[in-house]
Amino acid sequence: MSKPKYTIAVTGLNAVDSPGPGISVIRALRDAKSFDVRIIGLSYESLEPGIYMHDLVDKTYQVPYPAAGQSILFERFEYINSIENIDFLFPNFDAELFNFIAIQEQFEKELGITMVLPTQEQFEARHKVNLFEYGEKHGIKVPFAKMVYNMSEIPAIANDIGYPLVVKGKFYDAKIAYTTDQAMQHFNKISTQWGLPVLIQEFVHGSEVNVCGIGNGEGVTLGAVPMRKLYITDKGKAWAGVTLDDDNLINVTHKLVKATKWRGPFELEFIKTSDDEYFLIEINPRFPAWCYLTAGSGQNQIEALVNLGKGNKVVPFETYDVGKMFIRYSYDMIVNLSEFEQISTIGEI
Amino acid sequence: MEKKQYERPIIKPLNTGLMNKFGTRTEYTPTTHIDGVAVSELIKEFGSPLFVLSERKIRENYKNAKRIFETRYPKIQFAWSYKTNYLNAICNIFHQEGSWGEVVSRFEYEKALKNGVPGNKILFNGPDKTDDDLRVAIKNDSPIHIDHLDELYRLIEIAGELNAKPRVAIRVNMDTGIYPMWDRFGFNYENGQAWDAINKIIAGNKLNLVGLHCHIGTFMLSPGAYGIAATKMADLALSIKKRYKKTITYIDMGGGFASKNTLKGTYQLGADAVPEISQYAEAICSALLNAGFETEELPYLYLETGRALVDDAGFLLGSVISNKRLSDGRRATIMDFGVNILFTSFWYDHKISPAQEFGLHTEDCVLYGPLCMNIDVVRENISLPPMKAGDHVVVHHVGAYNITQSMQFIAMRPAVVLIDMNGKPNVIKKKETLDIIEINEVLPAYLKTFNLNSTQEIEK
Amino acid sequence: MKMRKNIALSDSGFIFNPSTGDSYSANPIGQMIIQALQNGKTDEEITKSIEEEYMIDASTVEKDLYDFKNMLKNYKLTE
Repeated sequence: MSKPKYTIAVTGLNAVDSPGPGISVIRALRDAKSFDVRIIGLSYESLEPGIYMHDLVDKTYQVPYPAAGQSILFERFEYINSIENIDFLFPNFDAELFNFIAIQEQFEKELGITMVLPTQEQFEARHKVNLFEYGEKHGIKVPFAKMVYNMSEIPAIANDIGYPLVVKGKFYDAKIAYTTDQAMQHFNKISTQWGLPVLIQEFVHGSEVNVCGIGNGEGVTLGAVPMRKLYITDKGKAWAGVTLDDDNLINVTHKLVKATKWRGPFELEFIKTSDDEYFLIEINPRFPAWCYLTAGSGQNQIEALVNLGKGNKVVPFETYDVGKMFIRYSYDMIVNLSEFEQISTIGEI
Repeated sequence: MEKKQYERPIIKPLNTGLMNKFGTRTEYTPTTHIDGVAVSELIKEFGSPLFVLSERKIRENYKNAKRIFETRYPKIQFAWSYKTNYLNAICNIFHQEGSWGEVVSRFEYEKALKNGVPGNKILFNGPDKTDDDLRVAIKNDSPIHIDHLDELYRLIEIAGELNAKPRVAIRVNMDTGIYPMWDRFGFNYENGQAWDAINKIIAGNKLNLVGLHCHIGTFMLSPGAYGIAATKMADLALSIKKRYKKTITYIDMGGGFASKNTLKGTYQLGADAVPEISQYAEAICSALLNAGFETEELPYLYLETGRALVDDAGFLLGSVISNKRLSDGRRATIMDFGVNILFTSFWYDHKISPAQEFGLHTEDCVLYGPLCMNIDVVRENISLPPMKAGDHVVVHHVGAYNITQSMQFIAMRPAVVLIDMNGKPNVIKKKETLDIIEINEVLPAYLKTFNLNSTQEIEK
Repeated sequence: MKMRKNIALSDSGFIFNPSTGDSYSANPIGQMIIQALQNGKTDEEITKSIEEEYMIDASTVEKDLYDFKNMLKNYKLTE
């Protein structure tokens, strides 16, 4: 039986020192055994390295920023699709997910482009500011957190959770405070940059462990690979990591997917305490940049997601290789100015 | 040979803002017509700047909202929020559609009466009602929405004087999980103020408590907050029933539904991120239906929706006065309208489109108004094609609050045109004139003359 | 005012300054002006040729040309 060939579009081609997941996704797709692929890169900026990786990406198109709105996004995809006839799309940035979730149905119906994404409710509910309630609702331990609009609320919360505590911005940024003064300083800085509310979170001691997985939307976990970062860059990104044998972590993941009926890829970030308790600290509603490790350890979750979206039979992965490592490296490509000119002026290459 | 369309020369640096996920908004498509009428024709006939409202859009919005609520709840009544846009033509479109009037001042109250709204179909809100206002409202049998205790006591007194038992509601404020909480209006739910006021009214037996009113905020982005509010309102109504065997006729959920504008400082476009009316409706109606009312005692649901019904029916047409280069190299474009007539530009990043076709190239610029004031900024940063003096633009979603809040500062306010259902433009407010502005000025006799001949000679 | 000698301008409106590594893009009229400056045309000649080709009056072109040349200078593309 001959394999189908899918045209798959991928964003997040920014394989820089704080990388987007695009290139990992593409490498996993190229490793897929159940189908062949033509890869369409989607870029926001002219210097995203993936644009120039012609052995991985067949053609790249510039796409409008999320803030340009959904109708402009749709128009651009109508154009791209008229040339490429895209079968499947991987949005890989948090900031673009809101729009893609909203126009998912329109993409499927009018353009025949499939995506497998969480629902808007799932996407909102796992948001940082809602995570504590989310954990309570689904029986998952989450560090206590409270949204504050005013600095004067901090001392009372600190009384309950003690120092150190974590001061977090609505979208980005997290700082540890050891005193009330510090907490207030962080509050000022973070609220100026990211607005209100600011999140005050209990600090949990332990080591960070992550799980990359997919849910089928009906409560079944189709794959889950736990990993611990072995080395972290000065930007807090993983440089190297290793797959773990940790049934507890797999069980928590299954429990969460079952309770939330999560649909699509995810990355769960946990803190494992010295008493072997797991606290969920973040849910990323997409594949992480290290997702190629799932393919490398026997669970090509990226391939599975395409098959899920295309209605092909997907058998949940039960095992993976423990002790597989990823080690990230950077690489200088040599590129002619004419290619940069082409993507900058015409928006496709 | 025919000459080509000219476009100002532009050059801009590439590869700036590298890897920045939070880019600027670009790529506006031109808006050349409104309801089939050419923008250039409108400006030619009625001048620039010019407010344009689409009757078709207003009626569509109203019918749509009405259908959405009526399919979810059996007893719905809209009341047009006068403060949102009280041009008589606009109010009367809503009245023709079946909307009552909702007013927050005597001025608006008189306007509604003059428009022909029966007194008993004017809801009288607001913290500032004088004794005389209350008297008139009582005589007209208008439901009076009580804002504070002083008003409650005065109303009891005046009702006694008139030997009447006016129909009243109390305004309730509450915690619906949103920030900021609007606790400056009405009586608080959580601390028992609202229940106290209800007890005073019913026990005193001088006023007829027919309704409960709330208005939890403005430009509300979370429909869930309305669900919480409706639940708390229903709880009050049911408690009144239980304690006093009295049935509350209506629950007024106020307004506050967001329009498709983009609030400053938000990342997603308003058009993409703002909840649909159906989401608000779902939250409110299901809370009321599930609250435990006997079927025959379901209260009426009153809605004072303003912005969400009229904002996107309003457009402001304007023209470029000049382009200049700021000291830091940024392009600045000066428009013939500013914050004086586009008051909402203080909190929205209004969508602004060119009104004529352009090439693909755009340039980032600051849009300034024509006032001699530094605060007169219409958009701090917008990407537009290179426009020249005299080119036209269309500002979208300006139907709410701009006409009522505009300022007459150093210039006359523009005309307002309504494009009717047949696509014909009708002037519904003329451009202001010097006489109109000065009509109430009084010049004391001793200030009528002066002589400048003794001052410095002008060199010829 | 003259363009720097080594400035590269391509048909797509892409401009590259090899001495600084900066690149820019210009719209068709911008390209036309840069080309004309490279060919040593005077302001009067440039204005006239734009006027002939496009629907526009001389004073607008003059004003825009003045501003555009300032931007070129600002971006250090002239000498």
